Parts: sequence; structure tokens; C-alpha cells
Amino acid sequence: MRKYAVEIQGLYKRFGSQQVLDGIDLKVPEGSVLALLGPNGAGKTTLVNIMSTLVTPDAGTLLINGYDVSRERQKVQQSISLTGQFAAVDEVLTAEENLRMICRLSGLTGAEARIRSTELLAYFDLASARSKRAGTFSGGMKRRLDLAISLVVPKPVLFLDEPTTGLDTRSRRALWDMILQLKSQGITIVLTTQYLEEADQLADRIAVLDGGHIVAEGSPEELKSRVGGEVLELRNAEDEVIHRIPTSGSIGDVANTLQELMRQLPTETRVGIHRPNMDEVFIALTEKKMEEIV
Amino acid sequence: MIVKPVHTAKKTSLAVTQSVFIGRSLRHSLRNADAMLMAILLPVLLMLLFTYVFGGAIDSSGDYVNYVVPGIILLCAGFGSSSVAVDVAQDMTNGIIDRFRTMPIRSVSVITGHVVASLARNLLATGVVLAVALLVGFKPTAGILDWVFAVALIALFILAFTWLFAAIGMVAGSPAAAGSYGFALLFLPYLSSAFVKTDTMPEWLQWIASNQPITPVIESLRGLLMGASIREFIGWAIGWCLLILLVSLLWGMWSFRRRAGRR
Ligand SMILES: Nc1ncnc2c1ncn2[C@@H]1O[C@H](COP(=O)(O)OP(=O)(O)OP(=O)(O)O)[C@@H](O)[C@H]1O
Ligand SMILES: [Mg+2]
Repeated sequence: MRKYAVEIQGLYKRFGSQQVLDGIDLKVPEGSVLALLGPNGAGKTTLVNIMSTLVTPDAGTLLINGYDVSRERQKVQQSISLTGQFAAVDEVLTAEENLRMICRLSGLTGAEARIRSTELLAYFDLASARSKRAGTFSGGMKRRLDLAISLVVPKPVLFLDEPTTGLDTRSRRALWDMILQLKSQGITIVLTTQYLEEADQLADRIAVLDGGHIVAEGSPEELKSRVGGEVLELRNAEDEVIHRIPTSGSIGDVANTLQELMRQLPTETRVGIHRPNMDEVFIALTEKKMEEIV
Repeated sequence: MIVKPVHTAKKTSLAVTQSVFIGRSLRHSLRNADAMLMAILLPVLLMLLFTYVFGGAIDSSGDYVNYVVPGIILLCAGFGSSSVAVDVAQDMTNGIIDRFRTMPIRSVSVITGHVVASLARNLLATGVVLAVALLVGFKPTAGILDWVFAVALIALFILAFTWLFAAIGMVAGSPAAAGSYGFALLFLPYLSSAFVKTDTMPEWLQWIASNQPITPVIESLRGLLMGASIREFIGWAIGWCLLILLVSLLWGMWSFRRRAGRR
């Protein structure tokens, strides 16, 4: 068995004078979820497009499901499915016609296509809109149809570029469940997202892309610990933070710390334990760039 | 459940791929009634205009309708083919093209689908225009064989210009821009022998009119339908069409590949 569904080494891509990807190395273990984070314009979509055979890199080797993207294009395309950042549905056709078209193009017979389309329409809550033109759909409905189309024939590697952008909370949760379900079936998923909570919830590993490089990579917990551990936060009556004290979070440690502070501080002081969240991780890791802009 | 056991997709044959895309484009045509109506109505109106309004002034013998109909047919075919530029530009600027490109199929089939649908659409429009022509007094003298050749020539002409406009649609920045090129083909026939004999034009214009690709096609068609000799024109007519077809095919295929991942 192969260990990695995606193996990237020394990947470079330049658009005009802009070096968008400046030496990317990345490995995604089979059956895991990788979240790609990064500020707008960091090159997430470009990277996904390269992995899905849409864009040719300037240099670097790229194996998807064990196949070389530049030499075994057809094999790679048989192993992947892409849901791009912008909905890729035929607006003139109805939801059902869209699905059936892709079913037929994926090698299903007419009868199989009909069954599979009905199944997917029901699963993605689109059954009542099956014979409406996709052009009349709301943004979220288009997105759901787009995702349904990507799952016509499950492929070993799934690329999702900002899959939950524009979805309402319920649809987003449903998609999260679906992603985890796909993962449990052994499908490898590479997704990009602007919602850090989403990366935290779904990803086994997170890669942060900035300035053409992967500036950090690891499990959500590893990344959080890189920006510091838990702190004890003390707030005054006006709810302003007056003290931040690093803590292990154990009851003994917290009790000791508080005992010392009790004598110095007014009794209405409020106590809380703060854990770094993905937002802070993201800001910390990409802040250099922000400073450059300012 | 939603995920069936993971298996790589079966390979889709080129024939299936192609027929799926032709079906798609035909559906698009049927749902775009405006473009279809325009492609038929415009030539019909022009024909009525030329036979009833200008006809008397150009040729008072009343025989003008027999002169002008072949030109109108080609105008209709040319203008009709130009709408494929919009279809193609629409696809090239929509995310769906990325989906097709990442599937293990010959994605350029999406373009040939549009081309085949355009051919069907324009042959139909030509039929309608011809029917109206017969109603307003067009009296062709063609025999069965002449008709077969005439239809084949019209089809070749449509195919060549459809591919030309498909290629234009691929390089155009937007569907609106792609649409505006269509008008060029509405005017090209005026600089030919479509409406008046070229010897009535100033000399420099005469040179352009007699050497541009549409003139030999019109003269051949006129010859086939009205029983005149076509020996002088048919070679040029077919040659021009094949040249335009070949150049457009190469240009189109090249642009299609070049635009991968760019919208
Ligand atoms: N075809 C192209 N031609 C020229 N420049 C491009 C092209 N595609 C992308 N770029 C540039 O590359 C950079 C990265 O773009 P990309 O779409 O990959 O960013 P992203 O991380 O997906 O951003 P976002 O979060 O906004 O989706 C941008 O500066 C963009 O302008
Ligand atoms: Mg993007």
C-alpha cells in the first residue's frame, strides 16, 4: 500500500513577475484530511489547480495517488475529483440534467445515471429543485449541486476549494459530517478554507501557505501549541484583561496561582482559562505579511 | 449510502463523451430561443427588405429575388454560426470547463458539441429562410443532384465559420465581447456579389469583393440553384471553406489548451 495520496516536492509556479508558489513540499497521508490555510492571494487555489491537472507547474514533482501529474495525467484524472472555488454547474441545465451529464461522462450507463442522480439529489436536499435550472439557484444551492456533482463517482482523492463558502450553518454542518464520512471510507481530502474553526474541526493536518511557502504544517494541536499554551486570564470589573499567566491547566497549578493572587486583587476579579484558537494561530503565522502591508 | 466502495471511474468512450456534449449543446440551443429567433428572423427580414424595398431599384425586371436569395442564405448561415462564439465564451468563463478538464475525458469535446449543435441549428434556420424565399417568389431551377451539392456546400460553409467563431469565442474575454464579433459576418456579404454584381462597384472594391472568400461560395450556390455554370467558382469556394476550417481548427485547439486553468 502507498503511504501518501499526495506527494509534492520542490514545486514552483510563477505568473508573470509574481512568484506565487516558491518551493512547496507537502505530503498528505492516504485517508486523511489536509486543510490549506492562507490569506487571500496566497496561492491556495493555484496549488489545488496544479494538483488537479488544471495548471502546469514551472518546476517540481507531483504524485497524486502514486501517479505523476505531468506524465500520467489520465491516471491522475481517474483518481481525483475537484470542486473549485467557484461553482462549476451548467446554469442552463436543470439540477438533474447536470448530475446525469456528469454521470454519463464518468462512464455510468443511462439507467445507472438516473439512479445515482436521484440518490445524490436526495442526499444534498435538492430533490424538490431537481427540475429547476441551476441558473435560478441560490448561491448555497449551487454549491450543494456542485458538491453532489463531485461525488458522482467517488474517487480516492477529493479536492475541495473553499467548499463551505456561502453555505448556511445547517448545510455547513452537513458537509462537515459528509467530509468525515468520506474520510472514514478511506478517501483523502484536501480542502482550503477561510473558516479556521472548520480546519480545526475537520483536518488531521493543517498547512499554512504564505508568501509562496508553507510557513507551518502540523496537526491543529501542534499549531496551537506553537503560539503558546494555555493562560489564566484575569479580568477586572470592566471586563478588561489585567493579567495573563501561563498555566498547565491542572487543578493544582491553577489553585496555587490563584491563592497567590487572591491577596493582591479585588474579590470581583473574574477568572478564565484561555486556549489559543486557530484564529490566533493564523494571525501569528501570517502576521509578518500584514506588517509589511502596513 | 452516498459513498460507494471506492473504485476508479470506468473509462468513457469518445463516442459517449461526444454524444453527451452534443446533447448538452442541443439542449442549450432549445433553451436559448432568443438567439434562435434572431438567427432566423434577421435574414428573413433582410430578404423581404431586399426583394420588396431595394429590389425594384436594383433590378426592375422583378427577377431580383432569384439573384438575392443565395446571398441571403449565406448571410443567414454566417450570422447564425457566429452565435457559437457566445456559447463557447460562456463555457470558457464558467467553472464548468475546469470540471470537464479535470475529468478523464477528451474535454475539447465540449467545443465539438457546440459545433455540431450549431450545424444542426443553422441548417434548420436555412430551411426556414428557404421556405420563406419560395413564398416570396424564389424559383430555383435546381435538380435533385444540384440540391444535394447546394446543401453540402452550405453545410461546409456553416462548419467552417462555426469553427472560426468557436475559436474566437475561446480567445474572447467575455461572452458579450464574443457576441459582438458576429456582426462582422453580417457585413462581409455586402462586400461580395451577394446583393449586387461586383462590376457595379469601384475598381478597388471590386478587387476585394471578387477575391474574398464569400463571393465564390455565393456564386457556386447561385449557380447550383439557378442552373448557371459553377466551374469557375466551385474550386475556390470549397478551397476557401476548407482553409478557414483548417486554420480555425488549429487555432481553436491551441487556444483551448492554452486557456487551461485561466478564466
Ligand atoms: N492565471 C493567472 N494569471 C495571473 N495571475 C494569477 C493567475 N491565477 C492566479 N494568479 C495570481 O496568483 C495569486 C494567487 O492566487 P490564488 O487564486 O491561488 O490565491 P488564493 O490563495 O486561492 O486566494 P483566495 O483566498 O482569495 O481564494 C494571486 O495574486 C493571483 O492574482
Ligand atoms: Mg482561492
